Amino acid sequence: MRTELGKVRGLGSAKHGAGHWWLQRVTAFGNLFLILWLLFSLLHLPSLEYGVVHDWLASPWAAVPMALIVINTFWHFRMGLQVVIEDYQHDESRIIMMALVHIWTFVMGGIALFAILKIALSGTVS
Amino acid sequence: MVTKAQRPLSPHLTIWKWGPAMAASIAHRVTGVGLATVGTALFTWWLAALAAGPEAYKNFLAWVSWPPMLVFPIGLTLAFFIHLCNGVRHFVLDMGAGYELKVNKTGALIVLILPVFLTAALWLFIFSRAI
Repeated sequence: MRTELGKVRGLGSAKHGAGHWWLQRVTAFGNLFLILWLLFSLLHLPSLEYGVVHDWLASPWAAVPMALIVINTFWHFRMGLQVVIEDYQHDESRIIMMALVHIWTFVMGGIALFAILKIALSGTVS
Repeated sequence: MVTKAQRPLSPHLTIWKWGPAMAASIAHRVTGVGLATVGTALFTWWLAALAAGPEAYKNFLAWVSWPPMLVFPIGLTLAFFIHLCNGVRHFVLDMGAGYELKVNKTGALIVLILPVFLTAALWLFIFSRAI
């Protein structure tokens, strides 16, 4: 229900109600394949020694999906943490929590993406 | 600052009888938060160490394979499998299927029990290969 005052102030639905929900599902679908790919790729490597993992990630076949993980998975957890905060933090602390989640996502994402690019663009070590 | 009226709230966790569906829902949130915080920290540390060079990477491997620290990688794989299985279950629920009481209960039990076996199988495989 919308009150007269609400209508005047332009409050009410922004018509984006399902966007967050839908994107959470789309990124979840991507995660399903990306993280399973990562798990099987790591299990498939002969060892987890530096040279082996580094040269694996230096290939675009590994670097591109890894970068996609940082974008897709981080986006997914950013949205998920937001829902948890909205459900349980009712006072002003939710603003701080939301800011921290945002900073956490982007700082970690920035470091992870830079690390992948550095390895992918510097070539193999062996 | 607008002060909120103190309206009565609907009863929260305390009044509900525990059941598999409730446990699966809570597990999904807990594992999601765990993966987003601890999982992200370890994932990014791993990548940063790999980019920093052999010394940093050796340091990382030594840390995460130190027996008391193994609780993190093993706990994270368990959290991952719970979140994955329950995530697939949520896809089914989102399509409007699986709400019949019995089916729903069975589905919730599967996504709580199956991950334990998946985690055990994965780490048995890892340990058997490492020896």
